[in-house]
Amino acid sequence: MKLIVAIVRPEKLNAVLESLYRAEVRGLSISRIEGHGGETEQVQTYRGTTVKVGLTEKVRLEIGVSDHFVDTTVQAILASARTGGVGDGKIFVLPVEKVYRIRTGEEDQAAVTPVNP
Amino acid sequence: MLVSTALVLLMTPALGFFYAGMVRSKNVLNTLMMSFVPLGFVGIAWALAGYAIAFGSGFFLQGVGLEAKGSIPHVLFMAYQGTFAIITAALISGAIVERMRFVPYLAFVTAWSLAVYAPVAQWVWGGGWLARLGALDFAGGTVVHVNAAVAALVVAVVVGARRDYGRQAIVPQNVPHTLLGAGLLWLGWFGFNGGSALASNASAALAFTNTMFAPIATLCVWTLVDLVRTGKATAIGAATAIVVGLVAITPAAGFVSPLSAIALGAIAAFPSYFALLWRTRTRLDDSLDVLAAHGCGGIVGALLTGVFAQKEWSGGASGLLFGNPKQLGIQAAAVGATIVYSGAITFVLLKAIGLVTSLRARAEEEGIGLDVTQHGEEAYSRGEGAILILPEGGR
Repeated sequence: MKLIVAIVRPEKLNAVLESLYRAEVRGLSISRIEGHGGETEQVQTYRGTTVKVGLTEKVRLEIGVSDHFVDTTVQAILASARTGGVGDGKIFVLPVEKVYRIRTGEEDQAAVTPVNP
Repeated sequence: MLVSTALVLLMTPALGFFYAGMVRSKNVLNTLMMSFVPLGFVGIAWALAGYAIAFGSGFFLQGVGLEAKGSIPHVLFMAYQGTFAIITAALISGAIVERMRFVPYLAFVTAWSLAVYAPVAQWVWGGGWLARLGALDFAGGTVVHVNAAVAALVVAVVVGARRDYGRQAIVPQNVPHTLLGAGLLWLGWFGFNGGSALASNASAALAFTNTMFAPIATLCVWTLVDLVRTGKATAIGAATAIVVGLVAITPAAGFVSPLSAIALGAIAAFPSYFALLWRTRTRLDDSLDVLAAHGCGGIVGALLTGVFAQKEWSGGASGLLFGNPKQLGIQAAAVGATIVYSGAITFVLLKAIGLVTSLRARAEEEGIGLDVTQHGEEAYSRGEGAILILPEGGR
């Protein structure tokens, strides 16, 4: 199993979710984060105060998948999250030592395989 | 009249809040600015040239002095009419929020106030051909609302839909702002309609009373239709109902009895309600439904003025119900002429500005939001990650 962590633009989140749905990737969680990925800083002015905003809003997706699903998932994100500009984000693929499904106690591959309702 | 002028001026910021509540948080400031900045630019255009075109004085306020114009000083009349020019231009912005670039927008509304608003105001209020024909428009149902709504439709088509429109859910960022805006618009509208009597007299009292009761009726009907259709009375629906009722009573305010105003307000709810539902099923991204609220409301109001006008209350013309069917035809002619003229000139103005610069924001700017890309500010900034830049040579 692998844990895929993807950082994407918030405005691309819907496109990514749709693309993952089409690729039949079902289980994931997201969080709203702020980060810096080399994009040009936004300069904002409030009356006489000028500030440089170094952190941009991003969305982090975390997806646990079985090994043969890694490529599908990564390709789905790559295709849907890209705009071509700096700040499109990153995808990290991490090894996972152990996975449990809390409801059933299933382990590893069985725990990340979606159940058929 | 002093108070009325101030009240109408307040309507433009109120409109800003009404609109800004319904956009996404990344475009709030842009939407507010689209209402606030016409206060400056359209206001100047009005003083330098618009007033001259509409009411036939000299350019640069030549001949506008302290002498009486009707029952009020000429300067005050000019200022009062200026507040109408400003709100009319700002109304259009509801059709193109979240995607139009700010500078072309400013150029457009300023030019529009001179090339469209001022001539149409002349036709109806400046002794022009619609006035001679006998068209009734007490406070601007045709001049302000139908006029702005047609321009809104054209600008929405020319600029095009938001990239996210019809693809993902676009939900209002702050519904309380929209309700606050609707409430302040209602307050301001007492100046808009009441003041249009141009004196503190019985006609003003009638317009004031009707401005209270027509939206009341619309609000009741709208809420009931909401309840019957979906089982829930929506807050944005209530805010919209108030505005629709106000728009509809505007041309009729000083011409109809209070009971007719209630009937007019109640009837006006239906076309706007169903136009809203219809619009979201189309590709027409008139984002904040200027056409449904101001267009439908304005047309219904203008036509019903020709139905409900009553000599005993208006002190002049009567409508269809009170023995003068011809009035309805005149009202329709005024609406038709405004639609054709406003639509055509708006299109030409937009195409002309489009030759010089692009009207809409780039895809990535639309993604990030217009607050940061057009104005360099955020509405709800947390300040995290913001680094202070000290001014050169300071401290």
